[in-house]
This record gives sequence, structure tokens and C-alpha cells, in this order.
Amino acid sequence: MDATAIEIMKTAFPYGQFTEVLDTVVIDVPEDKLHGTLARLRNYPDLDFSLLLDVTAVDYLHYPGHTGDRFAVVYTLRNWKKNRLLQVKSRVADPVKGVVSATDLWPAANWAEREVFDQYGINFKRHPDLRRILNHWQFQGHPLRKDFDIENRQICLESDSLEGPIKERLAQNGVDESTIKDINTEVMFLNLGPSHPATHGAIRILTALDGETILANVNEIGYLHRGFEKTAEQRTYNQIVPLTDRLNYCSSMLNNIAYVKAVESWMGIEITERAQFMRVVLSEFYRIQDHLVCLAANLVDMGGLTNYWYLYNEKEASYDFISRLTGARLTSSFTRIGGMYRDFYEGWEVDMENQLKDIEKGISDCLALVLQNRIVHERTQNCCAFPGETALAYGFTGPCLRASGVPFDLRKDAPYYNYEAFDFNIPVGTNGDIYDRMMVRFEEMFESMKIIRQAMKMIPGGPVFIDNKRIALPSKNEVYGNIEALASHFKLIFDGIQVPKGEWYDSFEAANGELGFHFVSDGSGQPYKCKVRPPCFYKMGGFHEMVEGEMVADAILNLGSINIIGGELDR
Amino acid sequence: MSAKVKVVKRKGDTLPEKLYLVEVLKGMKTSFGHFWRNLRDNSRLYVRHYPEQQPEITPRWRGRHRLTTHEDGSIKCVACFMCQTNCPSRCIMIEAGERLDDRDEKLPVRFDIDLLECIYCGYCVEACPKDAIRMDTGIFSLVEHNREKMLVGLDELAATPGAFTEDDYQKRGL
Repeated sequence: MDATAIEIMKTAFPYGQFTEVLDTVVIDVPEDKLHGTLARLRNYPDLDFSLLLDVTAVDYLHYPGHTGDRFAVVYTLRNWKKNRLLQVKSRVADPVKGVVSATDLWPAANWAEREVFDQYGINFKRHPDLRRILNHWQFQGHPLRKDFDIENRQICLESDSLEGPIKERLAQNGVDESTIKDINTEVMFLNLGPSHPATHGAIRILTALDGETILANVNEIGYLHRGFEKTAEQRTYNQIVPLTDRLNYCSSMLNNIAYVKAVESWMGIEITERAQFMRVVLSEFYRIQDHLVCLAANLVDMGGLTNYWYLYNEKEASYDFISRLTGARLTSSFTRIGGMYRDFYEGWEVDMENQLKDIEKGISDCLALVLQNRIVHERTQNCCAFPGETALAYGFTGPCLRASGVPFDLRKDAPYYNYEAFDFNIPVGTNGDIYDRMMVRFEEMFESMKIIRQAMKMIPGGPVFIDNKRIALPSKNEVYGNIEALASHFKLIFDGIQVPKGEWYDSFEAANGELGFHFVSDGSGQPYKCKVRPPCFYKMGGFHEMVEGEMVADAILNLGSINIIGGELDR
Repeated sequence: MSAKVKVVKRKGDTLPEKLYLVEVLKGMKTSFGHFWRNLRDNSRLYVRHYPEQQPEITPRWRGRHRLTTHEDGSIKCVACFMCQTNCPSRCIMIEAGERLDDRDEKLPVRFDIDLLECIYCGYCVEACPKDAIRMDTGIFSLVEHNREKMLVGLDELAATPGAFTEDDYQKRGL
């Protein structure tokens, strides 16, 4: 962060302790000053941290050398205009009493704090709706606490009625109990999901309807929660790579790359040039895949099945290419800390170029049907519109935020892997409606192809893995014949890569938005804590606001257009 | 160089678009183009006549595992537990025993892989210091009637042959 900003904050928060970790400034504040600090960071025009990226907590119960309070909460904020990344950290003296909620500042904090409450059992005062979110309502205990046994699985025997939350939401929207019961204005409650083809996964969307208009909406997620973060605490850093495949499974490689990039940037590993270009080519390729899935599904929701085939045929063909490259169609597991699992195979350029040509053909066929089609326009334009300010407040990132006219893209604002060397555009929309979200994705696919073609021309030869015995596994030929290499191989497999002690946050522009990883390392081969900041969690958190006042059919379209991926949403 | 912001133009204001039929007929041209092409020659359709027509499986493919053997048929595995340790889904269970053929000190007396737990990430192959476990059988479809049968043991793993020549397998890269 720039020195002036730090200076401003040091004057504004004299009680805070400032440290700089990577490109993040961390302010340690006392518990009673937390809300005040956050409020100033949000509202002070010089600071303007309009984007709340994530809220999480750390349980220091088993952290080596730790004294004092067991829990701390961490708010990760971003000033997207000036590329300032900030974490505000506060110790929590008593988790039952908790800290003051930031929901009044950023609505995004609503779901984020619910998650912290669910996983760590930290209370948030003045939170409007503090319930469990990822674990079911009958769950006992708080899974991410260090004294919670990972084997303590619990079954939900009865679904949550959600009667309280939906009535509360109705009351907020001005529908009182008498209107609900009156025979002329009676409200109908309708569950979409959890198992419904239109929800593209297991999500429960409870709506209160007046005719076909949605009066209030409450969503229940967590049906696909499988404890990614808890599992990650029991695995070595490299063993987590296959687990990240299962976050956003439509673009598994983007998760792989985002994850290893986060660990590498903390360890100060500079990967080889070729590996960097490989990661750019592959992440853009997977971005196209992700958008293809999203748009194809979105158009099916609209009733345009033909488009689905034009887009999905190309995606299907891409899977053949991906399986030739990585050895699996869906779960790539193609990165390792320090480089790539393997190099490209011989002749990949031809395959890639053919793939891109086919995708271009598929997209233009699809656009020929939808781009100037009045049905599509009337179905999508000015439907579920979300202005930029609201989208930011709800923590939107990625194509959905850009569709609302906010030109924030990490590839532009905080470039990594030589992104500043490529010539490409960041498409932004104007209204933030479903139309914009779709068209931004269409445009982004063309831009990604531009980047891939430039990167393919520039990609240098050389190794794809760094030469460092503490990180890279020795080559197999050496392992078979050389005792020293064998010993180093054993050490790396048994102990894992030793990551220095510390806490850090690193982010990556995934297909859906900012995919962040918040790590706490105790200096061993396994992360002490690994928290994912999934982009679609926050989009789902703003879903009710987008669909209230719209029709049921539009809610389905809207859900498709924000591209909810259950694996990432529920972790 | 570097990224520039570009505002996406909104469509829908022109007369042909408002007239609806003009643009829809244009769209129909594309659909019918596909239709005639596929009617005349359906060889380019993205349809695979599975199972008669099998998908392309390359040496990099992570299929079902097998245990490799020396020329004399004895197992290469020395029960060092590397694959079991590196397995992110904890699906390999090894029991070591004494080896009497003078090649090494140990051999596995039990080597079970729970294929229902396995996530086919290839970490066991990466961890093996003896090239004793490979995922080159080309088997990608596993169906059984009960869970117990999905636990494959030493004999079955050692009996399955590889699907590629040694040269092709090595070319996949390390």
C-alpha cells in the first residue's frame, strides 16, 4: 500500500498496531474500537474501503507461542480504486459476548459474520440474523475450533422451516401479518430447491409470493458443505491442491492456480517464466470454460436449448483437450507449489488453437441467436438490476460487479504473472441487470482468447518447476538411483513443504470474481488455518435484494446469471 | 499495453430488433445451417456411441491403479508407505511383511485401495520412489454391486496390465 494511505490511517487510528504482510496492511485494534475503526474505513472519503472481501476468525488454541485471548476476528477490506488491501484484526476476549457486527456498514458482513458464528461460535452484537449458515441448524459445536474433532459428523434429521426469517423479511418489506393472512392478499410460500433443476445445485430458495411477484426471499445454503477448511488443516500444503479442484468445479485449474499462488507469494517463490505463462494460458482457458457453462445454463433457463448445445459442445470438446493435458476431465490437480505438475504435451499449440477456433464458432453461433433477439432483450434487460454501489456493498467481485459498471479486475488493478504485458480489455456493463451480466461474460471470453493467443506467442521454453530442493520433488530418475535425492523425496512427502510462520491473504481473479485465500501457518508442513474467500458466497448473499419485487421466472434467470457453484459456495 | 476498460454496448434499440421477426429469421438461418449440415453428414456431431466407441485415453490419464512387477513377476513395491502418506483422501491401506527374495527388505502383504474414497489425483504415483504404483490401466469406469467389491487388493492390482507401451508411458512427462 502507498505511504500516504498508511500515514492517514496511522493518524486516524492511533491505537492501532500496523504491520505489513505482502501487499496487505494489517491493523490490530482493541475489541471496543473495532466497529469504530471499520466505520471510519468505510465512510472516510480518503480511505474509502468500499469492498468488504471477507470476515473470518482465528482460533489460537494450539498455536505455538501464543498467549492471551484465544480468538481473533479478521475483516479483509479493499479499496478497489487505489488497489489498497487492508485487514483489520481484533482479539475477542469472550466469544459468547463477541464483537459488534459490521452489517450496518456492509451488508456483505451479514453472511460473512454468520459463517464466523457458525464455524467458530463467535457472537456478533447487533447482527440482524445470526444463524448457522454452512452447517445445518441442528448441528452441535463449531467445526473450525481447534478442539472440535473432525470425525464428529452430524446428521440433520429435519429441515429448517425458515418461517421466522421469511416473516421477518416480509415485515421489513412492509408486508404485515394481517396482509399475509387476508384472503384477498394472501401470501403464498414457495420453495425452489434444494433439489430443483433450476437451482443448478443444491440451494434452497424460499420465496413469499404475491401472484408471481416475489415479496420476500430467504436462502438456505450449505447442502454441499463438506468441510474444506477443516480438511485442509489436516493435510500438507500440496495435498490441498486436489481438494481445491472441488471448489469451483467448472474451472478447477483456476482454483489450483489461485491456491498455489497464495502459498508461493508468502514463501517468496518466484516460479519460472514458462510456468507463469502456462498459468496465464490455462487460467484464461478455464475462464472461458466457466463462462461457457454459466451462459449455456443461463440460456437454458430462458428456454433457449439450442444455445446450450452450441456452447456446451465446445466445452465438451475442451474436456478432451484438458484430459490429454492433465489426465482428468474435471479434476485437473495440475499445479504444485513451485510450478506446474507437468509441462504441456507435444503439439498442444495446434490443439489449443483448434479449440479456440471451435469455441469462437460456438459463441458466434450462439450470439447470432441471442444478441439481437427481442425475446432475450425483454427477458433480461432491466431485470434484477443491481447498481454498482449496492453490488460493492454486498461484496460482489468479478463479472457480476463489472456488469454493474465497476471496472474492478485484479488482472488490471493488481496484476500478477505479467498480465500488464498483455493487450486486452476489461468489459464493463452499465445497468447491472441480467443482460449486462451475460454480455460481459460473452465479451470476457473473447478477451481471454486474445490473452491466450498473445501468451502462446510469448511463452518461453525452459523448466516448469523451480530448482529448490526444499520445495520441488527431485526428478524420478534421481530418486531411483541417488540416495540423497531419495532422502529429500522422503522428507518432502512425509513432512510436506515447510511454510514459514505467519498469517497472510492473497487473491486471484477467478472466473467468478476475487478468489482469496487467508492462511495462518504455524511453521509446519500443514496450514494452521486455510480460509477460502469464495466469490459466489457473497453474490448469493445479495440474491434476495436482487430478486425481491421481480417475478419467480426472473429469479431463476438471475440465479443462473450470478453463476452459483455449490462446491465453492458451501465448501 | 495493459488492460483497458471497455463498456459493453446495449442492443435492442434498432428497428429490425424491435420488429422481432427480422432478427429471429436471421437467427433461424444459423439454426437451419446446423440442421442441414448435420442432416447431410452426421459424422461431425459431438456424439460418442459409448460404449461401442470408447473415449480417447492418453498416457497422462489417471485411471485405476495397478502395482508393477519385476520381470520375474515379483512385486516392485517395498511397502515404504509413501503413497499411503501422500494420499489426500487416505484411501490406501498397506501392511508390510518380510521379503525373502533378496531384492529388498520388505514387501506388502496387504495393499488395499478403496476406490470409493479415491479421488484419482495421482499423488500416490508421484510419491512412489520405486515406480511400483501406476495409474496407467486406462480403466475409468468402475461399477460394482456393493461397496466391499470396490476395495481392490494386492492380487488384483498386480494382475492388471498397463494400457500403454513403456515408451509412450515415459513420454507423458514427470
